[in-house]
Amino acid sequence: MDTLSVVRVGIAEGAIVKKPQKIRTNGLGSCVGVVLYDSAGDWSGLVHVMLPEVPKDKQVNPAKFADVGVPWLLDRLYEAGANRRRVQAKIAGGAQMFAPVGSSDLLRIGPRNVEMVRHVLTELNIPLVAQDVGGSQGRTIEFDPVTSMLSVRTALRGTYEI
Amino acid sequence: MTEEIEFSEVVADVLREVGNIGAGHAATALSVLLHEEVHMSVPSAKMMPFNEIPDLVGGAEVLTAGVFIQLDGNLGGNLLLIMPAESAAQVIGHLLSEKHSVEEFNAMDFSALAEVGNILGGSFMNAVSQLTATTFHLSVPGVAVDMAGAILNICMLSAEATSDKALIVDTRISQGENDIDAHIILIPNSDAMAPLLKALGC
Repeated sequence: MDTLSVVRVGIAEGAIVKKPQKIRTNGLGSCVGVVLYDSAGDWSGLVHVMLPEVPKDKQVNPAKFADVGVPWLLDRLYEAGANRRRVQAKIAGGAQMFAPVGSSDLLRIGPRNVEMVRHVLTELNIPLVAQDVGGSQGRTIEFDPVTSMLSVRTALRGTYEI
Repeated sequence: MTEEIEFSEVVADVLREVGNIGAGHAATALSVLLHEEVHMSVPSAKMMPFNEIPDLVGGAEVLTAGVFIQLDGNLGGNLLLIMPAESAAQVIGHLLSEKHSVEEFNAMDFSALAEVGNILGGSFMNAVSQLTATTFHLSVPGVAVDMAGAILNICMLSAEATSDKALIVDTRISQGENDIDAHIILIPNSDAMAPLLKALGC
């Protein structure tokens, strides 16, 4: 276990931390940062997903995809000892960084990521207590397990907490 | 795993050369636009892990201006022009003879930024097209001012879903006095790699 006070999660990666460690990820564009935390326990986790769905029949890194990345993170929390009934979620990201060009699905990936994350959270019965998604701005997020607040920093619109 | 294109040193050299020639054309176009001499540095062509891509422009949180162009035709892919905030402000300020910081870019500034992307991207791809005897269509450019990591997300999306790396052909254009630093990043779709290399004689 890492002893840094803030654990950094890269793109298509996920990690869990124990209070009072914080966890952050930088530069979410169309990607979505999903924070799952035990609201009365010690463990929190963050996964930085890039794409909505895992390709069929492929061996992949689960942290890259919303549909498998969220359950994967939840399993990590359970293994560490988080209580299933107390796990809650906060999410941020899923922007559309560039105005649509032609009819490409590539540019709509942000909204599709958000839809999939919400869908998976509903399936898993995890309450989504706060979200800052969509729009066209990038976000850097940091979760503080002590206060359960998610700090969202944007390049042009300042920093706020959800 | 899908079959990965063998990425040998030879292939890297060929792609670097493509980037070099493309950047040469783009640098000429930029110098015509600015009426000043611009320089280009030797580009790199490599498979980069997603996490390292933002380091090309100084880190995921650096404020940047980006122009995104999609390529289709014989070979699909994406082209991204990305400039640190101050460089973008310099270029656009020079063109419109009224300089705004990127935070204060107005519609005119964004439009000029898109046009710079169009001209640089067009001249870059023109060179690649001649070199490979293939045809590309360039989409209307999309523009954004935001943190580098967020803008660069788009590059990673065009990589194969099962890969955690993307092929990046990075070229840098700089202009001494005004400290203009611009990166043109070419990301061929994974299924475009084989035909691209074939066209280049690999």
